[in-house]
Amino acid sequence: MAEVQNNPILKYFRASKLPHIWCPGCGHGILMGALVRAIDKVGLDQDRTVIVSGIGCSSRAPGYLNFDTLHTTHGRALAFATGIKLARPELKVIVLGGDGDIAAIGGNHLIHACRRNIDLLLICFNNSIYGMTSGQYSPMTPTGRLATTAPYGNIDRPFDLCQLAAAAGATYVGRATSYHVTLLIELIAKGLKHKGFAFIDALSQCPTYYGRRNKLGPSVKMMEWFKEVCIPVGAAKKMTPEQLRDKIVIGEMVNTPDVPEYTEEYEKVKARAKEMSAG
Amino acid sequence: MVKTGKGILMQGNEACAEGAIACGMRFFAGYPITPSTEIAELCALRLPQEGGVFIQMEDELSSMAAVVGASLAGAKAMTATSGPGFSLKQENIGFACMAEVPCVVVNVQRVGPSTGMPTSPAQGDVMQVRWGTHGDHPMIALCPWSVQETYNIVIRCFNIAETLRTPVILLMDEIVGHLREKVVLPDPSTLTIVSRRKPQKSSLPYLPYKPVYGDVPAIADYGDGFRFHVTGLSHDYTGFPTNDANVAAEEIKRLHRKVQAARNEITFVHKYRLEDAEIAVFAYGGVARSAMEAVMRAREQGIRAGLFRPITIWPFPEEEVRQSLGALKAVVVAELNLGQMRLEVERCLGKGIEVIGLNRVGGQIITPDDILETLRGVK
Ligand SMILES: Cc1ncc(C[n+]2csc(CCOP(=O)(O)OP(=O)(O)O)c2C)c(N)n1
Ligand code: SF4
Repeated sequence: MAEVQNNPILKYFRASKLPHIWCPGCGHGILMGALVRAIDKVGLDQDRTVIVSGIGCSSRAPGYLNFDTLHTTHGRALAFATGIKLARPELKVIVLGGDGDIAAIGGNHLIHACRRNIDLLLICFNNSIYGMTSGQYSPMTPTGRLATTAPYGNIDRPFDLCQLAAAAGATYVGRATSYHVTLLIELIAKGLKHKGFAFIDALSQCPTYYGRRNKLGPSVKMMEWFKEVCIPVGAAKKMTPEQLRDKIVIGEMVNTPDVPEYTEEYEKVKARAKEMSAG
Repeated sequence: MVKTGKGILMQGNEACAEGAIACGMRFFAGYPITPSTEIAELCALRLPQEGGVFIQMEDELSSMAAVVGASLAGAKAMTATSGPGFSLKQENIGFACMAEVPCVVVNVQRVGPSTGMPTSPAQGDVMQVRWGTHGDHPMIALCPWSVQETYNIVIRCFNIAETLRTPVILLMDEIVGHLREKVVLPDPSTLTIVSRRKPQKSSLPYLPYKPVYGDVPAIADYGDGFRFHVTGLSHDYTGFPTNDANVAAEEIKRLHRKVQAARNEITFVHKYRLEDAEIAVFAYGGVARSAMEAVMRAREQGIRAGLFRPITIWPFPEEEVRQSLGALKAVVVAELNLGQMRLEVERCLGKGIEVIGLNRVGGQIITPDDILETLRGVK
């Protein structure tokens, strides 16, 4: 018990709000744990950090976290966060959401936050399904899988969120899973230290609505599957597209620190505007 | 800086932006749309001069979201749009109602539905303003008729938003938005400017949603060390979600109560020659300019006409309508829609009084002649 009480990460939680509402075996708790460990590693000021989410099982995480927190509308967390960051650039702003939240309804905001390179850290709790609404397919559901809205098998094609973020201009991009927690903590910590838009695709498992229907579960088996199919980015570079089929690449994919960051650029706009209106 | 104290020529949309900046608006997020775009353009130019921030977001959903985020971080924040964009903002306007985040949303109305007629005036959004976002929520909307009034009213919108912690809609129309006329801007030091009240730090647990000033809570700004939670889910005083039916019901009722209680401070109406009138024109926004002219001409012709112009259209000025118009023979409701406000006037006045709709859609304005003719036709 003493050990638990002395655990350095406890201070990042709102103890009165625990236990959380997630199902037994849900991957989201592991991801939330990774986030606070990374926060601890980096040493963020709890009074100067805002955590913003959309709507979904994953988006319930901020409620458990002892910071200024904002639970917004479905898909729009990045846009709310953009307003917070621009209004008070000195705050650290972290954004969380599910794959439905981030890649479907909020997909447009993702592209444009990447493009602006605004100093936010976004973590997508990616479980390949809509958990909260009980198992409809998401843009991350693999073709052929079952969902309540794909009772005959999903014909949609998923896409690679990391590649999307990189193409859209994110300056820090990485992927890990609820199995690869050490890597996940490392990526989040680096993302937090990064000045610019950082995106972490954090693969999670939803045993309740994805695992069960697709006979992939229980939870531990789903995590073991992550272990089997994930290839570190370095190793993946030496593999052919054929060898990489059905594999998931994990690790740090983009890290370009020297790209102009949006709020800093806006400070320059202010300086120019003042100079021009004075002269 | 704009000149104050002297007559200058200004457009309604410009007056909206300058008035907002004068009262401390320092964050604007928007997406271009006719006939509101000049507001965004002027904010892009002016805000950085004043140390504020302008951002053109990827759409209106995100513009509204960014405004709410900025306000939670302490900024006086605004967005401006027109019909199609206003539709897109609705979900996050509701969020601002529920989470009690002060902000001002400008809608410069154009012809709808859908893309309609982008450069032509209409007043088809008056009901959307009231009922556009889902659920039972109160709504406050003010409607200026001139460039000068736009400047003054946007400041009032901010004062109301900050006092009551709720979104306030500045409902303009293309006529007023694009009108250029003479204005005299007041010296900024003479303006009454209200800012949200902040919580006091204390040893007790912080309850961000506990009503402190009447029914209005004292919610902190992010970054001030209170570590509090904000959600659009029904919540209790702690700010955390609740499934307790009584708590949820009380919250919704409190949101209404705080607006109702402020009725006298937020209701503005303009009355002209109603004291001895037999008939009145009820008109708002740009159309009221024609109505004023028509009433003056009717008086010259011996018709005892008057004008009732609500500046606050939501909450609907029921008492004022009953008091001022309740004993008249007839009321002509002139509006650029198919009779949206007429329903409200009829509801308030009941059966005894003839309520005549003078309605136009399709982008043509209602002229003084149109209104005069209607007044002359009243038996
Ligand atoms: C505008 C809007 N549309 C739909 C919903 C219903 N909804 C709530 S959560 C959700 C999807 C959740 O899935 P995801 O974002 O992947 O998160 P997860 O629950 O799997 O963590 C949906 C469709 C909503 N709340 N708001
Ligand atoms: S439904 Fe799925 S995502 Fe939601 S809590 Fe349960 S396991 Fe987690």
